[in-house]
Amino acid sequence: MTSINKPAVRHPSAKKNQIGLSRADYEGGMSTLCAGCGHDSVTAALIQSFWELDLPPHRAAKMSGIGCSSKTTAYFMRQSHGFNAVHGRMPSVTTGANAANRELTYIGISGDGDSLNIGFGQLAHAIRRNVNMLYVIENNGVYGLTKGQFSASADLGSTSRKGEVNEQTPIDPVLLALTLGATFVARSFSGDKAQLVPILKAALTHRGFALVDVISPCVSFNDHEGSAKSYAYVRSHEVETVQADFVPLRREIKVPEEHEEVTVVRLHDGSQVRLRSTTAGYNPRSRDSAYRHVQACIKKGEVATGILFIDDAGRDMHDMQRTVPEPLTRQPFELLCPGSAALERLMERYR
Amino acid sequence: MGPPTVTDPRYYHKVVDCQWACPAHTNVPQYLRLIGQGRYADSYLLNRESNVFPGILGRTCDRPCEPACRRGRVDEKPVAICRLKRVAADLRGDIADRLPKAPPAKNGKRVALVGAGPSSLTVANDLLPLGYDVTIYERHARPGGLMRFSIPSFRLPASVIDEECGYVIGMGAVMKYETPVTSMRTLLDEGYDAIFVGSGAPKGKDLDIPGRHDAATIHLGLDWLAGVHFGHIERIEPRVLIIGVGNTAMDCCRTSKRLGAKDVTVVARRSRAHFKASPWELEDAEEEGVQIVENHAPTRFVVEAGVLTGMEFERLEWSTDASGRQVSRVVGSVVIPCDAVILAIGQDNAVPWIESDLGIEFAARHMPIVDKVTHQSTRPGVFFGGDAAWGPANIIWAVAHGHQAAISIHLHCSGRPLTDRLPPGMTLTSTKLGMGAWEYSNDYNPSPRAKMQHEELVKRFSDVSVEVELGFTPEQAAREVERCLNCDIQTAFTDKLCIECDACVDICPTSCLTITPARNTEAELRQQLSAPALNTSQALFQSGPLPQTKRLMVKDEDVCLHCGLCADRCPTAAWDMQRFDLKLAYAGTEAR
Repeated sequence: MTSINKPAVRHPSAKKNQIGLSRADYEGGMSTLCAGCGHDSVTAALIQSFWELDLPPHRAAKMSGIGCSSKTTAYFMRQSHGFNAVHGRMPSVTTGANAANRELTYIGISGDGDSLNIGFGQLAHAIRRNVNMLYVIENNGVYGLTKGQFSASADLGSTSRKGEVNEQTPIDPVLLALTLGATFVARSFSGDKAQLVPILKAALTHRGFALVDVISPCVSFNDHEGSAKSYAYVRSHEVETVQADFVPLRREIKVPEEHEEVTVVRLHDGSQVRLRSTTAGYNPRSRDSAYRHVQACIKKGEVATGILFIDDAGRDMHDMQRTVPEPLTRQPFELLCPGSAALERLMERYR
Repeated sequence: MGPPTVTDPRYYHKVVDCQWACPAHTNVPQYLRLIGQGRYADSYLLNRESNVFPGILGRTCDRPCEPACRRGRVDEKPVAICRLKRVAADLRGDIADRLPKAPPAKNGKRVALVGAGPSSLTVANDLLPLGYDVTIYERHARPGGLMRFSIPSFRLPASVIDEECGYVIGMGAVMKYETPVTSMRTLLDEGYDAIFVGSGAPKGKDLDIPGRHDAATIHLGLDWLAGVHFGHIERIEPRVLIIGVGNTAMDCCRTSKRLGAKDVTVVARRSRAHFKASPWELEDAEEEGVQIVENHAPTRFVVEAGVLTGMEFERLEWSTDASGRQVSRVVGSVVIPCDAVILAIGQDNAVPWIESDLGIEFAARHMPIVDKVTHQSTRPGVFFGGDAAWGPANIIWAVAHGHQAAISIHLHCSGRPLTDRLPPGMTLTSTKLGMGAWEYSNDYNPSPRAKMQHEELVKRFSDVSVEVELGFTPEQAAREVERCLNCDIQTAFTDKLCIECDACVDICPTSCLTITPARNTEAELRQQLSAPALNTSQALFQSGPLPQTKRLMVKDEDVCLHCGLCADRCPTAAWDMQRFDLKLAYAGTEAR
């Protein structure tokens, strides 16, 4: 807990974005997470990304479930929509919200417990449906809110603060998402904003389900020796596989379009993600290559980070459902609920 | 040269902008805090340690601290430091038994001080408690010097001067009133161990242009103000011109208004941006109906049959020449009618009583040659301070000079080299009380600067000694104190504790912090920060290499609010909020 609210004074050179908002306008309430929590850094990276993307807060919806991670939606964009769902049910609630109003930007914030334990099935189906949303997993390997029990992402052989060893195999959200057909899969680290911010911007712009697994150390229960999700461990085991630069549509691109090292992915709105692999032969547009590489890294004890896979041509939930282009929220009531006579006529077709 | 180091007291001292700007280095944040807590006597005494005259300065100081105040960089207007000082003085109660005292046994050294103004009294204040026998020679019948006879009593009541000079003199200074020193040789013959000249710059500058000596209603500002003070002058003609636009000019125009003048105009050679008067004095004068005319240079007095009827001016236009200097061009001339003129175009020091064969050397324009650090003249044992040393400045400078001269005199009388001066020291004390709890008020108060209440105009003009500023109420003072950003509560960083979690960087409201790889130059580094550090007059703190990535923690001191959120959010206490206390050396301060 902090002693005071953040003073309403900003650096004199603080700039406004294209829609006239300063970074402070994207902030939220004061964090009640532990001092030093990785989640607060993710919040800061999200704020930076929203500000840089000129996202209008009133056109965004912050979705979360239960857990330390799910508290973070309170700490950014105080002027946007929000829904704090039952534990693990955020993906379904977001699916429903997106079905009703496809025009909002959906920002789902979850944790390893919320997504890989209690909400595992929910997450899997949101990925399959390719719900158009940003899905951030603030992944720290423990249940922080209940004092540090292993979660489903705890690595084999890693220890709790008291020395107990984890013997169950972990669920890797990146491998999971690649398997289930996710169209945007990335991994990053809360302690590396230079990497995280472009990833979040690309993920927010991507059309479809964008999973960003952020290793976000639990400073209270999982930042010790023996942890595989501590600040020190991630720093010494992180291997940035793909460096990403997000280029918004309006910025003029001066460097050559594509050369041997840089893969340019054009997103649906015309902006670009420029990807540079640090591993020879790595192709961020190949699901197989991504899967093999991430698995190989895990075997070596390395944490592969960056935008590991991207496919912006994928069809999202609305494409698959063949819904109308206008949000359902704007359809006249009579069209959405045509009445019992229409139901009768429909039923008649099946008799 | 490496990055600045926080083990040098100057680093943290510079962060406390007000204390850095103050010539006497008064511990402003701490005394403001004491005012906020209602500890007026404690605040007064803390003030007195460095500036000796809190009540006088709380009304008349030129306030170098306020333009420097950090609050002015984040919120337009600085904290009303000066007028808060007055609150401490006004409400201090009886402090007599807490003042320094002279020991019963003297140390056998005799010191003579010339003039009983602020610099001499500061020397006396520092030397009397060490057992010195101090004799002060004063031309007038009462102490205070310029503070008494050239600052009008509507700004500084005589009772305040009496009290604060009394505290010093009460320690046992031997006062020789109405005893102008007429010969340095005679004074030296008295066998004093040291002599301090603090006789000020009492000679108003004259303006030798046609007509100057043809009418009786042309006055020198300082003499005229003294005339008013002593009751020799009780009225002035209806239309008055004041030539010059320094603080003396402001005192002259406002005093004229109280002596019956209807139409008072201050005429300046240059434009408003170059006026010497403090902005608040200009405001006060204008509030009282004084006209201010800029870009007019006087050429002659218009005198008809022995009566002054006006003054002729050249109208000037200023521009900048190739070398960046301001140059003027005459664009016309004008006569401004008037019945009296007061010249307030500066003042000179005047020591005609120092004989030329005593080894006390003078440079151009009769200025004594005085060492900037030791205040010693070219004759060992003779020291200068206040306006007498380097020309007119402000009271707070005179006090600062007095402290330094007292150190020199003490060293001189102890037979030690004058360069044997202690550098300033510091203490740093953690203010952490517990989780999210600090022993200072770290919440940011968005209130605007408190406005000083003024006596209404009719009442002001009824008597020259009706004090214009009414002072802050305790409630106003407490609120204004909360505007202070506590710059003395320093952000102290311990490299080896940092785990680079970014919590401090993320929470900082003014984006002061950055964790970044080292750069070759500070200029390069300044561009790489969370917010570019464009104010190069403010330091950059750079840590050593951090344990995990060998990057540096960099802090731009410019707009840090000292809110303590970085330390609040730090999981390892790598950041701590520590109270910085500058330990200044005074006469008699030995090793610490």
